[in-house]
Amino acid sequence: MRVIMTAEAMGRTLSRMAHEIAEKFPGELAQAVMIGIRTRGLPLAHRLQGLLRGVTGMTLPVGVLDITLYRDDLTQIGPAPLVRKTELPFRVTDRPVFLVDDVLFTGRTVRAALDELVDYGRPRTVRLFVLIDRDHRELPIQADVVGQFVATELDEIVHVLLRETDGRDSVVVTRRTEPLNLEALE
Amino acid sequence: MTDSAFPVATPERWHRRHLLAIEPLSREEILTVLDVAAAMKEVSQRDVKKVPALRGKTIVLLFFEPSTRTRTSFEIAAKRLSADTVSFTVSGSSVAKGETFLDTVRNIQAMAPDAVVVRHRSAGAPHFITDYIDACVINAGDGSHEHPTQALLDAMTVRERLGRLDGLKVAIIGDILYSRVARSNVFLWHKMGSEVWLCGPPTLLPPVFRQWPVRVTYRIEEALEGADVVMVLRLQLERHGSLRFPSVREYFQRYGLTRERLKYAKEGVLIMHPGPMNRGVEIESEVADGPYSVILDQVANGIAVRMAVLYLLLC
Repeated sequence: MRVIMTAEAMGRTLSRMAHEIAEKFPGELAQAVMIGIRTRGLPLAHRLQGLLRGVTGMTLPVGVLDITLYRDDLTQIGPAPLVRKTELPFRVTDRPVFLVDDVLFTGRTVRAALDELVDYGRPRTVRLFVLIDRDHRELPIQADVVGQFVATELDEIVHVLLRETDGRDSVVVTRRTEPLNLEALE
Repeated sequence: MTDSAFPVATPERWHRRHLLAIEPLSREEILTVLDVAAAMKEVSQRDVKKVPALRGKTIVLLFFEPSTRTRTSFEIAAKRLSADTVSFTVSGSSVAKGETFLDTVRNIQAMAPDAVVVRHRSAGAPHFITDYIDACVINAGDGSHEHPTQALLDAMTVRERLGRLDGLKVAIIGDILYSRVARSNVFLWHKMGSEVWLCGPPTLLPPVFRQWPVRVTYRIEEALEGADVVMVLRLQLERHGSLRFPSVREYFQRYGLTRERLKYAKEGVLIMHPGPMNRGVEIESEVADGPYSVILDQVANGIAVRMAVLYLLLC
């Protein structure tokens, strides 16, 4: 098990991402909406929303996308995963969409998210912000803003732990067979 | 889902291949269907009411009994998940030409569908089919046995409106004898920790029903007293003609749900009916169209529940 990011580093990273977003997409901020991909993309979207407010004074609306029904491996992964609601309390047509997720890996989740998004309308642009890019893409998809690039093996799992969902902030990498030992993080 | 009392499933995956009845389901499994159904309902509210989850799946709607709303509801549910549907109804099929039920089933199997939605006049027909078919089987009503998706959509409607499924008084009024809707609901509400009252004329509610986990009464006022939910059943005239009660008019006088009688129920009571409804027979028009009626919510939720069931069985 290796710790990739401590709570303090996560705070700094997200803050840097907010600055980078403001710098890269100044023309899009006023119209943009933030959409977190379930599960951990949502709390990250909320955090980036708050940080962006601090940087730019603008508060972007936040929505959540559950991409389960758009997965390309639904019938191969065994028992059906539970589906939660997609909630987009705004229209996406002609607006810049800022997609937020915790980890970018094969790119398949983002592919599913893009497919779902276009069922809601035709965004003017779609940007992708991820906390961790762990490499091993299987599709031609890249993030626009990355918190940290982490070289990983295919048999490793990147665990992004967040206060809102897991009671703590940290990023840990384990082998697939290795249990996640939270006590060791204390 | 912010209210802490709102009952939701603890994350657990679904392992059943068929949905034949409510009776064998656990409380967790019922909540899992309702949680997924809540997500499915959002799909029906989009501009593009379609998700690709069941792309390439074929679903046969095998109906040996007339049904418009249940079949349409399953068909819309399947299409919103991108599955292909084929209707096989008795009037347009070779069953009318003398083919046996089993031969029909073997023929369907040879066409290799992924799911079969069955309605049949005989109790146990969907269960019987599971031995001869590789597809997932969903019971859409078998004789007077069960109609599981109806009870699930009823529960979804109650959870949406009242935010709970336990500690309720649920009164089921009317033609209990042959009602698969009543049976499925009795099992469901008992599992959820609510009290079910059955009420109807003795000829439609024989003493055998006292063996169930229910309260039985022949006085509608007693059934309605303090009720949170009232389910009115359709008088199935086609099943027993006029043998079990003197006249439709007398039935309405004794057991019809009227505005006058509603005063016994709890403030904010939910009035439900599985349809099709006979106005002026089991329910007064003013009640059916009144502020407490959630009858059209039931229809909308029927699609969401059936999407959830198809998704959970087929994925």
